[in-house]
Parts: sequence; C-alpha cells; structure tokens
Amino acid sequence: MAAPTVTPELDSAGAARRLGPTYAQVVKLSRYQIRDYLRSYRYILMFGLVTIIGSILTLAVGYYRPASLISDPLAFYGTLWGGGSVVVIVFAAVIFGGDAIAGEFQNKTGYFLMGLPLRREAIYAGKYLAALVASLTALAFYLVILVANGLYYFGGSAFPWQLGESVVLAIVYLLAVLGATFLFSSLFKTSTYATLVVAVLFLFGFSILQALVTDLAKIEPWFIISYADSIIGNAFLNPYPAHITVTTATRFMPSETVYTPTVAEGVVIMLGYFAVTTLAGLGLFEREEFT
Amino acid sequence: MTAAAIEVQHLTKRFGSFTALDDLSLKIEGAKCVGFLGPNGAGKTTTLKMVTDMIFPTKGECFLNGVSVQSNRKVALSAAGVLIESPEIYPSLTPYEALEMVADVRGVPRAEWKGRIDEVLAEVKMSDWADKKVGRFSKGMKQRINIAAALVHDPQILILDEPATGLDPRGMAEVRTIVRGLKKRNRLIFMSSHILAEVTDVCDEVALIDHGKLRFYDTLPNILSRFSAGQSTIDAAFSRPLAPADVTAQITSLPGVEGVETLDPRRVRIKFSGGLATQENVLKALAGSGLGLVAFNETSSALEEIYLSQIERGD
Repeated sequence: MAAPTVTPELDSAGAARRLGPTYAQVVKLSRYQIRDYLRSYRYILMFGLVTIIGSILTLAVGYYRPASLISDPLAFYGTLWGGGSVVVIVFAAVIFGGDAIAGEFQNKTGYFLMGLPLRREAIYAGKYLAALVASLTALAFYLVILVANGLYYFGGSAFPWQLGESVVLAIVYLLAVLGATFLFSSLFKTSTYATLVVAVLFLFGFSILQALVTDLAKIEPWFIISYADSIIGNAFLNPYPAHITVTTATRFMPSETVYTPTVAEGVVIMLGYFAVTTLAGLGLFEREEFT
Repeated sequence: MTAAAIEVQHLTKRFGSFTALDDLSLKIEGAKCVGFLGPNGAGKTTTLKMVTDMIFPTKGECFLNGVSVQSNRKVALSAAGVLIESPEIYPSLTPYEALEMVADVRGVPRAEWKGRIDEVLAEVKMSDWADKKVGRFSKGMKQRINIAAALVHDPQILILDEPATGLDPRGMAEVRTIVRGLKKRNRLIFMSSHILAEVTDVCDEVALIDHGKLRFYDTLPNILSRFSAGQSTIDAAFSRPLAPADVTAQITSLPGVEGVETLDPRRVRIKFSGGLATQENVLKALAGSGLGLVAFNETSSALEEIYLSQIERGD
C-alpha cells in the first residue's frame, strides 16, 4: 500500500488569506494582551497609583485652596495636568511596557507566541498597541479625576480648549515613552533592567541631562525629550512663552538664556523619539533569538 | 509538483566558536511519525527552533510545505502545530482563552472555535479545567494545554520538542495515543524525544543526530535490521531461579539461539537469529521445558543499544 501523503499547502496566497492581513493579526494579538493586562496585578497597581496621585492633588487643592489655581482653569490644568500627566505616562509605560518584550524571554511565554504564524513585527506591534491602550485608559482615568475637580471649581468653564490640545500632546508623549520602553525591553532579556532604566531615565535622567546641557553647554536641549514634554504644560500658558528668552544680568545674577520649545518643535522631538526608538526596538526584536 | 512537508537544507548553527549544528540536511514527507533522537546538546532543539524561526541559521534554510521559514514565517508556520521548550502561557488566561487566541491568530473560522477547542481539550483530558486560570496549573497540565494549542487548527504538520516533558506516566501514554491518532488522520509528526520506548512505540522513522551531525535517518525496521545484524532479543522470566546447567542445557542449545545473558536468577535475555520463526520455536520449547516460564517479551532495548553504539562511535 502506498504511503499516504500530506497535502502540501503550496498556495501561499490561500494561507495568507486565511491568516488575514498582518494589521488584523496585530489587533487580535493586542486584544488578548489587553485581556491579560486587565486581569493582572499591573492594572490594579496602575489604577491604584493614579487614584493615589489624584487623591493627593484633590485633597491638597481642596484643603489649601490656592487662589492662583482655583480662580483660573488654565493655571489649574497647567499645574495639575501639565505636571501630573507626565508622571502618570512614565508609570504607565513602565508598568505596561517594561516587561512587554523582555518578559517574553524571561517568562518563556515567547515560545508560545513564536510558534504562531505571525511576523515578528506583528508581535511587537500587537504588544505595543496593547500597552498603548492600557496606558491610555490610565491617563484617561487621571483626566477624569482632574475634570471632576475642574467641574467643582469652575462649573461650565471646566473645559478650556487648551485642555484638548494638551491631552493630544500628552498622547504624543506617551507614544515616545512607550517607544523607548519597548526599545529597552527588547535590549534586555530581564524585565527588571528594562523597567529600571526607563523609570530612571524618564523620571530623573533626562531632566538632569537637560539641566546640564542648558547650564553648562549653553545650548538649546532640542534632542532631550524632557525638554519637549514641557509643551504639555505650556499649552495652558497665555501668551505662549517666547522660544528664547534672555534675562538681563543683575549685580547678583549673570544674564541667562531660557529655551522654551514651541509646540511644533516639541511634537517633532517626541515623534522623533517615537520613530527612532520604535525602529531600533523592532530591529533588535527582529534579531533576537529564543535560545 | 509537490514539496516535502519538512525540509532542511545544509542547516548550520554556530554559537561563537561552538558549532551546535553542522550542515544538516533532511527531507521528511508523507503521513507518519519521525522520531528525532540524540543526546543532550546534540542539536535537536536547535534544529527544531530553526525550523520554527525561533533562532536563525548561520547557514542553510528550512522549508515547511515548500515555503521558506526564514523568508516567510507567517505562511510557512500556518500549516504547522508547534510545541518547543514547554512554553508558558499568559497566567491570567484560561485554557479556553489561550486556545481561542491561537485559533483566532491562526485564522480558524470563528464558528469552528468552540468545537475545535472542546475537541482538543478533551483529547488532552483538560476539559474540566477549561475555565480555570493557567497560572495555577502544574507543569504537566500546562504541557497538556501546549499540546492542545499545537492541535487546535488541525495542522498537517506537528513539530514537537519532547512533548512528554513534565507529564506523568498516564500523560505520556496519552501523548502516544494522540500521536497514533494523528497518524491515522494522515498527519506528519516530527518529534524529538529522549524516551526510546516512546519512539519505538509510535515512530515509523528515526533520525539520530549527535554533535550536530546526522548519524542516520531511516525507517525503524530498517534501522533495527541494519544495526542489529538480523539478531533479535527477548527477555524471559521464570517462576523459580534457574541453575546454570539448566540455562546451558535447555536454552543455549535451542536452534537459532546465539547467546544467553542471565539478568538475575529468575530472568534471562536470549539473543537469537532467524526472526519470528525462531522466536516461536524458542517460546514453545521454553513453555514445555518445565523451567516455569511466566513471561516472554520482546526487549525494548534494541533501539537503545543501537542508539548507544552510535553515540559512542561519535564520541
């Protein structure tokens, strides 16, 4: 009796059609990843952190009632959203993205994914999309807390158009921070290193670097993301500060040049970080071996 | 024109100065189970990882159904069910959800998900655990879910890296039943294993590698006859201890018997030539000898002896 043969599936187009386009696989993968996030401790941790930050700010403003904040919606949001959203974004990126790639190696879940008919970039993009959506929900939660405060203090004036602009800018910043987080997550096969590097860089590292560049090198720190993220808070300033301000020298203080990124400049820097870190991270992941 | 289901061409993998796999070429076609044998570090898992694009060849290429894994992993892996290195599953997902993800990504029509998932969960005896979170499962239970994940889209090709790892004896027997069932459904199974009894039981062909090189690839009967020079071995057990004189007089003198080894006072290993006809005559003679024969089994050590001799030759 002749040995039965496996029917070869030479019709690559048929197989590709059944699997669907890569972007559809990205969405599918991210859906299951989000489901994993929703049930894991990290979602509770992130929302717990946002609740703590929001509660502290609510209580502090409510108790001290600083006139400069509760009389002007722009000052209120400029301080609480401009300063707080950046911290929330860094925490969200670290919590949802820190182990996104490194964890696949460390926890051996990558062997489950890598056996599936997915392009490597689909895995990377699917996990990025999931981390982005999860981070956006945390950011939205923080926004809801602030808007609730705003409604209490300003009633119908609680929604200045600058808030919308600043939210969009914060989302662009989130893209950049997540891009960097995924890059470090691809670079290290241990989640802790990736998480630590991103947290230190975005919470302190870039700010210190920016101060050094501005004070010592006396140049515009256009290549540092913490310089760019100031546009999230600056969006509430009216008029918007000048790009370069030179202070007059006094008897005690020498003349100083202060740089303020324009909104366009800030967006370009953040998108630049997003593009460079995403391409570098993807390039690393494409070459990673599951040894 | 049809392509081989699995083909590796001149596959070489170096890690620094260490050559894990050296110019391996292999072509596997048809519906059968091929056992992939070799000692630790021989290059088995390295080969399977390159066939599934988990690591990259230093040289050479792998094809599944004629599609290059290295150039088009998405299409190449679409026809294969893969289980490499006992993967972990996202702990917060239930087996049903994990398998749903696999079915979804693999493009199984949504209407078929429930039926397929229920079927494979029943096959790996995990139906009762379908809605419990995987994070609480034992290693063996996770491995059962991994096997189910490799089967959920009813693949033409199964690539399994030591699938019995972490399973209890019942689980190992179930893996063998699954593999036999797949063979009946005209599937190709390429399976690495350390368990020679398992390979002897379910595999039709065996490929042996050692030090990154292919020692042989042939059907199991061909291998047994080629390397054992037509000699067969059986183990016989008796109800009472045998005297050396009994062994010499009543066993060694039987026609076709070429040697007798005393395993313990009540058990002997008999080597003979002449195939089944001699085996039948030896059984008849021992049963009527008054020595108290209670067991007469084909030894499972034939493949083991060949395996060890080939590995030692390589050393």
